[in-house]
Formats: sequence, structure tokens, C-alpha cells
Amino acid sequence: MDHDHQELPSDPALRVMALESLLVEKGLVDPAALDALIDTYEHKIGPRNGARVVARAWADPEYKKRLLADATSAIAELGFEGGQGGHMVVVENTPDCHNLVVCTLCSCYPWPVLGLPPVWYKSAPYRSRAVIDPRSVLQEFGLGVAEEVEIRVWDSTSEMRYLVLPARPAGTEHMSEEELAALVSRDAMIGTAKVTLSGGA
Amino acid sequence: MNGVHDMGGMHGMGAIAPETNEPVFHEPWEGRVFALNRALAALGKWNIDTGRHARERIPPADYLRMSYYEKWLAAIEMLLAETGVASRAELEGGRVAPGSAKATPPLTAGQVPAVVGDRGRFERPVNAPPRFAIGQSVRAKKINPTGHTRLPRYARGMFGIVERIHGAHVFPDSNAHFRGESPRHLYSVRFAARELWGAEAAPRDSVYIDLWESYLDPA
Repeated sequence: MDHDHQELPSDPALRVMALESLLVEKGLVDPAALDALIDTYEHKIGPRNGARVVARAWADPEYKKRLLADATSAIAELGFEGGQGGHMVVVENTPDCHNLVVCTLCSCYPWPVLGLPPVWYKSAPYRSRAVIDPRSVLQEFGLGVAEEVEIRVWDSTSEMRYLVLPARPAGTEHMSEEELAALVSRDAMIGTAKVTLSGGA
Repeated sequence: MNGVHDMGGMHGMGAIAPETNEPVFHEPWEGRVFALNRALAALGKWNIDTGRHARERIPPADYLRMSYYEKWLAAIEMLLAETGVASRAELEGGRVAPGSAKATPPLTAGQVPAVVGDRGRFERPVNAPPRFAIGQSVRAKKINPTGHTRLPRYARGMFGIVERIHGAHVFPDSNAHFRGESPRHLYSVRFAARELWGAEAAPRDSVYIDLWESYLDPA
């Protein structure tokens, strides 16, 4: 199955431009569709979606039950569904258990709720280390996990996609769902951060 | 295949370097590659597993050197050539070969919301009931296929417990090679960190891996 690898132009920007123009000329690609795809993932789909799921689960115990039992349907209730999110599982952080999501083989990630993954999630250091040494990985993110807390690492080897339901911080009892969502960071839903009152990114 | 993409448990890859306020795409060309990949996938000439396997076949030294979207670009070029959608001469020369077909209607901007919103279901009906039950002990097979597989090396030969049954899903090892979807039951299997990594691993930690039925033996 090996194929000769061509000597590639060093500048990927030029190479991509040439490839796109070839494919447009061949009638295989419509540049307006490419613009629409880029706009969608730059502006419409991102971790704010996942934060709304988390906030709803914190605010509504019945929703949380549905989310943990059938995440795909519960997330679709909020209007979030699509490619790389057809089969969702939500795993809950508790005082005894911390969850961390990785894809050691490639870059599987729940796009409809988190958008496209950050570079570090797709990088060799994270993919290699998250399964063998999750505690040092979490330390690097500034997250110390006590020895007695169990760490569960979810390696996304299939089309199942994992989202962490972080623990709701104390002192948020009075907050609205919208205020809660503003606290939830992308990293908290991957499992490399906790949610704090100082808010998310 | 035992490629460098199968990274779980490797050492020496360095520190994780999260970037604050990271943009979705760092350069405009990255966005074009991402979009090209999706627009071309919509032509239906290959599937998601073929795409993953193309990236795995990038030579190891290149795989480690290339940025993420450089790998995607290399895989797109491989798939176009291998499926005959574009010839190597066209890809290298950047010009459409005289007489080449231009018949395929491309994905349009109007179709993008439907493509983005398509859940892409991978569950399929099968007649056989699941062979394994929740709570059952299993052992991941010791296999070294030269083609595509989603059984990571670090789990091969290891003992685990079935925690969830996800239903029957398309089998990547077959689908990646255009040998059919061959659906089979998919399980979430819990492996104790000490089983995978030895006595120095934290005693209560574990790794959950989604594994297809044919990757597993009863234990």
C-alpha cells in the first residue's frame, strides 16, 4: 500500500491554492462551499455549544439524567448535532472521579459541542502521554488531582465522541443558566481543567 | 498498521504546549484544507476510515514533522490520486489533463448546512446478539495487521472489563480498505492503568477504549 511520496513545495499555502484551483477547474469543488464551511467552524460551532449543555445539566436534574443516559439525544434537544457528534457519551466528574478525553490514534473530538480541536489536543505530546501518565498531563495544565481520586481516560478509538460534564463549582447556586455557561471552558469539557468562578475561555 | 500515528504510551514527545486564545485556523490555507477535505468527502469517493488510513500511511518521519493540516493536505492528495479523481500528473502540474471528466457536481454552499448538520450515523443493524455482556472480562487480541485498525498497540494482549455496549458499528478495519462496512458490536472496555502500564501506574486509574467485538476474546 506504499506510494511514492512526492517532493512537495515547501509552502503549503501555495500548494493548497494550486490544489483548490485544479479541483475547481475539474468541477469537483465550489469555492463558495469552502467559504461556507470555514465560516461555520470559525463562527457558528464551538465550545459555547458544549457550555450550554453543561449549564443545562447543572440547572436541570432531569436533563442531566437524560444527558448521562443518552447524550446524543439530550444534546440534540438543544439543537446541537452534526458530523463528529452522531454518537455522544457524556462522562461526569465527581469528587471521587476525574475524566479526561483523548484520541491516541488521530484527533477524534466532538465537533458539534466543542468545535474543532486545539493544536495541543492533536499533538504528539498529548496523544502519547494522556493514557500512560494522565496525572503529569493534568499537572501541566495546572490541575492537581488528589491521589485518592480515580482518573478515567477515554481513548476515542471509535465514532463514539466523549464530553466531560465538569463539577459545578460552589457559590453558583444563584446563577442563571446563561451565567453558568459563561464559566465553562473548552478545557473543562475535555477534562484538562476544572470550572471555577473566575470563568472559562 | 503499526504506524507512528499509534502514539498511546510513547515517551519523548515533549511538553504539551497549549496556546491561549488559539484561533480555529492559524493561517487561511489551513481553513481551505479543512474545507477541501469535507467538500471532497461529500463526493462519496472514499469514507472517513479511508481518510484516517491515508494519514496513517504518511511516512513516519514526515508524519512527525508535518503540522496537522499539512498531514490532511498530504492525505487529500493521496486519496485523489488513488481513487483516480485526479491524476498524479494533474496534482503535480496543477493543470487539468486534456479530456479528463468534469462530470461530478461539487458540494454547493447551499448544501453546507445539511452536510455540517448530518450526524453521520455509524450504527448498523446486525442479526447476532452481542457476544460479551457488561461486566464480562475480555482480553484484547494480540494482532499486528498491516492495514487499518483501531485497536491501539498499547491495549493488545491486555485484560479488561466490558463497561458499555454501544451497538453494532461500521468496522474501520474493513471499511478503510473499501471491503464493506462489515458492522459488528462495539464495546467500551475498561483497562486498569496497572494492567496497561505496570506497577508504577496509579492503582485506581484506568483507560476506557472503544473496541469492536472481533478485537476481543473472552477471558
